Amino acid sequence: MKKVPLSKALGRYSRRALLCATAALSASIMLATTAYAAPKTAAVNTTGLAVTDDEVTVGILHSVTGTMAISETGSVQAEKLAIEQINAMGGVLGRKIKYIQEDGASDWPTFAEKSKKLLVNDNVAAVFGCWTSASRKAVLPVFEQYNGMLYYPTFYEGLEQSPNVIYTGQEATQQILAGIDWVVKEKGAKKFFLLGSDYIWPRTSNKIARKHIEKKGLKVVGEEYYPLGHTQFNSVINKIKLKKPDVIYGIVVGGSNVAFYKQLKAAGIDLTKEKPLLLTISVTEDEIRGIGGENIEGAYAAMKYFQSLDNPNNKAFVKAFKEKYGDDIVIGDVTQAAYLGPWLWKAAVEKAGSFDIDKVREASPGIELTTAPEGYVRIHENHHLWSKTRVGHAKKDGQYDVVYETKELMEPDPFPKGYQ
Amino acid sequence: MFSEYTTAELVSIFAMQGFAGLILFSVFVLMALGLAIIFGQMGVINMAHGEFMILGAYVTYLISNLFSEYMPALFSIYFFIAMIAAFFTAGALGAFVEWAMIRHLYKRPLDTLLATWGLSLIMQQLYRTVFGAREVGVSLPDWLMGSIPMTDTIDIPINGLFVMGLTIVISISVYLLMFKSRWGGQVRAVVQNRPMAGAVGINTEKSDRMTFALGCAIAGVAGSAFTMIGSTGPTAGQLYIVDTFLVVVFGGAQSLLGTIASAFTISQAQSTMEFFLSGSMAKVLTLLVVVGILMLRPQGLFALKIRH
Repeated sequence: MKKVPLSKALGRYSRRALLCATAALSASIMLATTAYAAPKTAAVNTTGLAVTDDEVTVGILHSVTGTMAISETGSVQAEKLAIEQINAMGGVLGRKIKYIQEDGASDWPTFAEKSKKLLVNDNVAAVFGCWTSASRKAVLPVFEQYNGMLYYPTFYEGLEQSPNVIYTGQEATQQILAGIDWVVKEKGAKKFFLLGSDYIWPRTSNKIARKHIEKKGLKVVGEEYYPLGHTQFNSVINKIKLKKPDVIYGIVVGGSNVAFYKQLKAAGIDLTKEKPLLLTISVTEDEIRGIGGENIEGAYAAMKYFQSLDNPNNKAFVKAFKEKYGDDIVIGDVTQAAYLGPWLWKAAVEKAGSFDIDKVREASPGIELTTAPEGYVRIHENHHLWSKTRVGHAKKDGQYDVVYETKELMEPDPFPKGYQ
Repeated sequence: MFSEYTTAELVSIFAMQGFAGLILFSVFVLMALGLAIIFGQMGVINMAHGEFMILGAYVTYLISNLFSEYMPALFSIYFFIAMIAAFFTAGALGAFVEWAMIRHLYKRPLDTLLATWGLSLIMQQLYRTVFGAREVGVSLPDWLMGSIPMTDTIDIPINGLFVMGLTIVISISVYLLMFKSRWGGQVRAVVQNRPMAGAVGINTEKSDRMTFALGCAIAGVAGSAFTMIGSTGPTAGQLYIVDTFLVVVFGGAQSLLGTIASAFTISQAQSTMEFFLSGSMAKVLTLLVVVGILMLRPQGLFALKIRH
């Protein structure tokens, strides 16, 4: 562009041209300042990640098809919302987050393949994803081999700790111990009937639960597992009636829940009477939509997040979620944990002053989030979160009333001594 | 195994489990009857049977919403209307599928497996697009959800009784239709010898279409009934398909009576074993026994004597 001296320009052009020129000038100054505020790409990315002067690419890896799509949809929505909000605030280290979404298709080898694609071909700076333990175990070697960073949102059985994973949901002891302590103390429970779907998470969780119950000198009067997708619970309900437990500790997952709670009600077990009382760690607001509030009314759930949590962070989160995805949406525990992922990553990157995986990992322990919908969380040395555990009481409208929360944050303990 | 219970308890256990088994039996019959008609009578391996059931479930969901929105006063009877609607919706779709796809494959029965499997994937995706990936909750009228207390430990679930009643009605209707009506005679004739049936003036194409549609329609009603006990989601149909084929094959594919007998055997065995062993173990044992019997008797429990 040919430079025109200002005086000459004034003579040649109208006043309007001058205004335009001033505007352009100030715009260019603003551009210069933002470019100045954001550190140079070479400085924040020494390992060839997909980071440019104004963009950083991350991956979202969940099942949007197949049987797990039902559960993982909420996680995808939460992660996208978090990314959108972070971008609206100016991004991470002055760079807007761009995401590449891949579909794990509820198939564990596909998860592994897609994670490799994200890490090797797309060079993403972080991946938010996975839901089942099986999918996490499938991607784990890939993340370790190619040094990626995975933010994993589901509550899970523990017994794992990887330098390449930040676990934003609770591990088993956090969920189980506080819940059982509560029913024992508040409801005087003495006899427990453990029931779950037949795979690793319920079995490990029940093992911890049984140990904890027996440590207190109380009794487990039954322990049963049914295949995933099982829809006939009449037999076990009969058994429950015969054994007369104080607490049905039910960790059935997915669609089986619908069958279980409907049949429980049809068999004359009214959960609102709390005789027996039902305590679960697997039914979030999401599942209740399928089960129907009237069928689960009166049950208790122990987890870290409920949509009804009464604090300003959560109110803003629920409002933003509903504005983006519609008024009739519900938000469950895992959805909130997924929402934490991008925020924790942003905090770690900013603390590290770099997108490099190793630096982000080093910066992670001790990161706190005061704006989390669940209140406050902090990353432990073992890459799990310190968090509170709460007990919710299911209402007819499909929401939980929070009736208890632990006073202190519970320390994550993925390898509990004496519980294995 | 038995020692931890008293005699009185054992009596009530067997009574309760027997009843639980009867409910399971009704569920199996409802699942399998439609398939037995399609697979047994027509030789079409319909992998989309579960998706036709879920279609019935979604129709029930839509109608329950319709009633609670516009006619809350009549909500207590919506279920009957929903079942009729499910019957006709699934039947109509069945007729369309037969016309568009199945009729081209009668000479290649194994290809029907692939084609209907593809169809099941398409239907699942459609459900996901229309209703979302999450399960939908079908609310039921209150009278269907209660139970009748018999003794201290025995309660009889009303929805169980309802499913049983429905199974009886449908089984009798199918029996009358297949064995007492003119149309049923035509269907059986077409199945046994298509060219000959055509030669004596039976419209074989129409007969095929109606048979397939009937099988799908029964699946629709079953799906509608299952909203009382199971989940309604895009892939929920898959949960049923293995059990359904198990029942039909074990019973002897071509025999409707065999289907019922096999449903009874499997359900009672599973229900009793579930009480004394774990749920997963009961399932495994049931499968092993079925496989064992099928090795000895590949044609199933009841097989028609047909000259090949």
